[in-house]
Amino acid sequence: MAFFYEKLGGHTRLPKMTQLLLGLVLVAVTSHAAAQLSIEITGPGVQRTPIAIVPFAGENTVGTNLTGIVRADLERSGLFRGLEIPPLSPHPNENSPVNYGEWRSRLADALVVGSVAQNPDGRFEARFRVYDVVKQAPLGAVAYLFTKDNARAAAHRIADFVYEKLTGEKGVFSTQIAYVVKRGSNYELQIADADGERAQYLLRSNEPIISPVWSPDGRRVAYVSFEAKKPVVYVHHLTENKRQVVASFKGSNSAPAWSPDGKTIAVVLSVEGGSQIFLINADGSGPRQRISNSNSIDTEPRYSTDGKWLYFTSDRGGTPQIYRMPSTGGEPQRVTFKGSYNVTPRPSPDGRVLAYVTRDAGKFQVALLDLSNQQVQVITDSDRDESPSFAPNGRMILLATVRGGRGVLSAVSSDGRIRQNLPYAGGDVREPAWGPFID
Amino acid sequence: MRAILITALSATTLLLAAGCQTTPEEQQPSAAVEDRKPGAAKPQAQPVERPKIAAVDVTAGKPDPSRALKDPNSILSKRQIFFDYDKYDVKDEYRPLIEAHAKYLRENPSAKMLIQGNADERGSREYNVALGQRRSDNVKRMLVLLGARDAQLESVSLGEEKPMCAEHNEQCWAKNRRGDMLYSGEY
Repeated sequence: MAFFYEKLGGHTRLPKMTQLLLGLVLVAVTSHAAAQLSIEITGPGVQRTPIAIVPFAGENTVGTNLTGIVRADLERSGLFRGLEIPPLSPHPNENSPVNYGEWRSRLADALVVGSVAQNPDGRFEARFRVYDVVKQAPLGAVAYLFTKDNARAAAHRIADFVYEKLTGEKGVFSTQIAYVVKRGSNYELQIADADGERAQYLLRSNEPIISPVWSPDGRRVAYVSFEAKKPVVYVHHLTENKRQVVASFKGSNSAPAWSPDGKTIAVVLSVEGGSQIFLINADGSGPRQRISNSNSIDTEPRYSTDGKWLYFTSDRGGTPQIYRMPSTGGEPQRVTFKGSYNVTPRPSPDGRVLAYVTRDAGKFQVALLDLSNQQVQVITDSDRDESPSFAPNGRMILLATVRGGRGVLSAVSSDGRIRQNLPYAGGDVREPAWGPFID
Repeated sequence: MRAILITALSATTLLLAAGCQTTPEEQQPSAAVEDRKPGAAKPQAQPVERPKIAAVDVTAGKPDPSRALKDPNSILSKRQIFFDYDKYDVKDEYRPLIEAHAKYLRENPSAKMLIQGNADERGSREYNVALGQRRSDNVKRMLVLLGARDAQLESVSLGEEKPMCAEHNEQCWAKNRRGDMLYSGEY
């Protein structure tokens, strides 16, 4: 099988990768290395596929344990269990013939072999193949070019490729997350790889920061900062390292949500009294357009993936419940009925499920509502779970919770069966937002 | 309460007025020394005369009303309004406080106030921003009913983000369900 460069050959592959990696590098001023999250799997996994990821021939020249990161990524999904690989002689690479019987005897269901070589321009090239050992079939091969500084990003791309070949759905290891860290009266909006590594701060402030949300193209993050002693909505351009005020009307400005085309931001303003939902242009230009019209609280707008609906929280019925209305405005329909406190609607990427926060006996937990049959499943079991955020493949939900008296991030699979905690060395971590796929 | 306020304000005015009058009186002792000269004994008295001090009293004229805002004896120094759980209306006990600030704003048209509403930590951060807004809006509405102008006032919310009290119990939460009235320069 010939190597293909993911899309259509090496020439188109390279600029795309370079673009991505540049984006990752230029995000912000480097933050201290201590600001890292580590991840552990605490819940029992579902049936995990045993996978042999053979260390790539020559990967020690990179200075980053590529295959170690690939293994950690795949294991973190809860779907794979990496096998220990003893020293092999000769050490196989992507061109070696595969002895399926031997890997079967090592109890591997899947196999990844590859090599890394350094090009004359100094960049590294990782080439690898993925095999289904049970079916004795090659599943695919790809090559990635990367600089030493971007070795982690390359490892995540490798993990995404392996994940997609083995599960049929896109991996999210190359995506990024945003979240807020509070230490004393210091607040940082940080972004990091999905595994919590390579954390950098976007904004550091002595006043609170809440509600970060990624633009659909992953190049901008909108958030609410209280640096002006009141909530104001900003859009931060990641690669340009600049930010702009997009909503600073008299009163409070909060709860930003991007339209799927990235051109419009729904926000909650108090400028006309109460807390009502308005649409503004994402670049802050033009007039505001009011689309909710009640004497109640209408807040936490979120677009459905198809852009047709705006889900939001309202207390128009006496208790906070989730409603939806056409995204251009119109008559709202109530969506949640069970319980007296249902807030923070988050439609799943495929539009079939709504994640939200429900209060039951004083505990705040994440629930999933199946929009086709109205079934509700509570998928977390802590006291103060909030701010759920779907991974772009819909498989996991990142959320904020409190453990040991401090805020930490946690991820739970959308079937509730796999849970990961992301402990943090210091401070309170909250307000997670999982970024989109970046191609 | 209003009577106390007026008394406090009047007292301030009187003190300031007294301050204005003291300046000429202080100049008189030098004249008194000169007056004594004729009655002095034989030794030639050396004239003792200090040059007049060109004092400037910037407190002269109108009294600075904003002093009362910081005077712990003035009701105007009180800025906090606490709310019951799941309640947003200003309780009757705060009516004199709101009336005093409304009067101040009425009498000082250039004064501006930021009203920050707050919520306790339970529940969604954004929903709590909306709850804090409902509290600050109610404070603002009451001030306007009592004669403050809308342009003098901005009601905003800090949600659950700026608690006065960090513990996770009702005693603390009660302190965090709060409206703060801040004048320009105070925030």
